[in-house]
Amino acid sequence: MLIKKPTLIRPSEITPPSAYLNRRQFMQGLAGTAAFAASASALALPAPQFDKGLPVYAGPDWLQQQLRAGVSNKALSTDEKVAPYQHAIRHNNFYEFGTGKGDPAKNAQDFITDPWSVEISGEVNRPGTIGLEDLIKPHQLEERIVRLRCVEAWSMVLPFVGVSLATLLKQFEPTSKAKYVEFTTLNDPKQMPGQRSVFSSLDWPYVEALRMDEAMHPLAFMAVGMYGNALPPQNGAPLRLVLPWKYGFKWVKSIVGIRFTETMPATTWNKMAAQEYGFFANVNPAVSHPRWSQATERRLPSSLFRPNIIDTQPFNGYGDEVAHLYSDLDLKKWF
Amino acid sequence: MVLKQLKNHPALRLLEWWLLFLAALLPLAWISWQAWSFALGADPAKEITDYLGQWALYLLWGSLAITPLRQALGWTRLQRFRRMIGLYALFYATTHLLAFGTFIIGWRWDLLQTALTERTYIIVGALALLLLIPLGVTSTKGWQRRLKKRWTQLHQLVYPISLLVLLHVVWLIRDSYFDVFLYGSLLGWMLGYRVWRRLQRRLRRSASLSS
Repeated sequence: MLIKKPTLIRPSEITPPSAYLNRRQFMQGLAGTAAFAASASALALPAPQFDKGLPVYAGPDWLQQQLRAGVSNKALSTDEKVAPYQHAIRHNNFYEFGTGKGDPAKNAQDFITDPWSVEISGEVNRPGTIGLEDLIKPHQLEERIVRLRCVEAWSMVLPFVGVSLATLLKQFEPTSKAKYVEFTTLNDPKQMPGQRSVFSSLDWPYVEALRMDEAMHPLAFMAVGMYGNALPPQNGAPLRLVLPWKYGFKWVKSIVGIRFTETMPATTWNKMAAQEYGFFANVNPAVSHPRWSQATERRLPSSLFRPNIIDTQPFNGYGDEVAHLYSDLDLKKWF
Repeated sequence: MVLKQLKNHPALRLLEWWLLFLAALLPLAWISWQAWSFALGADPAKEITDYLGQWALYLLWGSLAITPLRQALGWTRLQRFRRMIGLYALFYATTHLLAFGTFIIGWRWDLLQTALTERTYIIVGALALLLLIPLGVTSTKGWQRRLKKRWTQLHQLVYPISLLVLLHVVWLIRDSYFDVFLYGSLLGWMLGYRVWRRLQRRLRRSASLSS
């Protein structure tokens, strides 16, 4: 079979990731100079340019301003090739909007993500409901390029913009009783067709949780943007977790609830099939899922005749940073 | 009378045969075109493999539907297409396997080995395909003649094969039971119909013997 270039998007229209990254480095170089550092238009994250015809998600004005003032966190970024934007916004597991990879991009476009608020509850000194703007405004946004490893044995490299999770959580002053933190996705069957499906075996709302020391780890991240713009609804707008050492299903999307607890919360996939989905869900090539060997992964996008098969690394390659969190755990048992 | 003659005209019968023959190639043509024009997104390998597997299932189910449709609704005209539909099921199952081997695992021997020893859904799927092969080989009139009564027995293997295929789908469930509900109820109806017919025949026979 002959593989032809796409007809819809001419190659000349696509911004190669290298150019996109170079531009960013160039701008950062400029930002470092006195002239730019002093000026209000010192854009560390330039407004990204995408292929014509692809949807762009700007988000509310306050967020757009904050995105433009964001900086790149090189230390916590991989230098691997970033997935092309059109694939990142059209290859999504977000069952609230359908189980097909293309369903969320189709069904989530009218999803209302502004205004948005998050309820903070449980073992904290400062519980309550907080608007997204109030939650994000006090913090400088940073970009991190990370590996997303799905439990279905595929992976993608994605540039997220957001705030370190620890910074975000500390402002609510978790008490000494807070041993776990639980994140809940919006439950709104009117907007989310997947939640209306009678054939679904998942309990809504979607809930996943972390141990407190995991949540406070510098790699744990709360994203509000992607590719220099706001998060697209199909990617979990307006607020989602990014936990690079854990399988993607832990990366809770469209978060409306953060609850601190003393005991381990019941989590969605674990409730559905405990023998298949552990609470921790750390990427581990040594523990297979009944449906997928986790020893290797297919890095997407992948070409047909030379599938991009790579060996999966323990903790998705972030072992140096996070392995110590689990030194007292049998990872075959606590998968 | 004229209509009946027309309906059985050899030219029309030939046309029907060719139409079905070409129509059954459309799914392959469609997915090839989609792949060729890069319309399958980030993971064309999985899209192609799933699509071919789905069509293998549709055609296998189609071949199983012919007997009940003929007997219950009198659609006798379908009967002569059963072999072609069955062979197409084998054809799509084979392309499904080839797509998996080529696009998903790149024919890496170690990956194939773990797939065939550890992934239960792959084991039952591969077994179903393996069992379909002798049915395809013996589908000709010559083999039908040679095997006589055994031919029917051999081709009743399609019932356990269809159950293996259903199991393949069951073990692929991540969240939604929709596919299994749909294919399962169709298969339940098609196999249940056969069991029911057989029971009736047996009852009738014993009734006529006792009278």
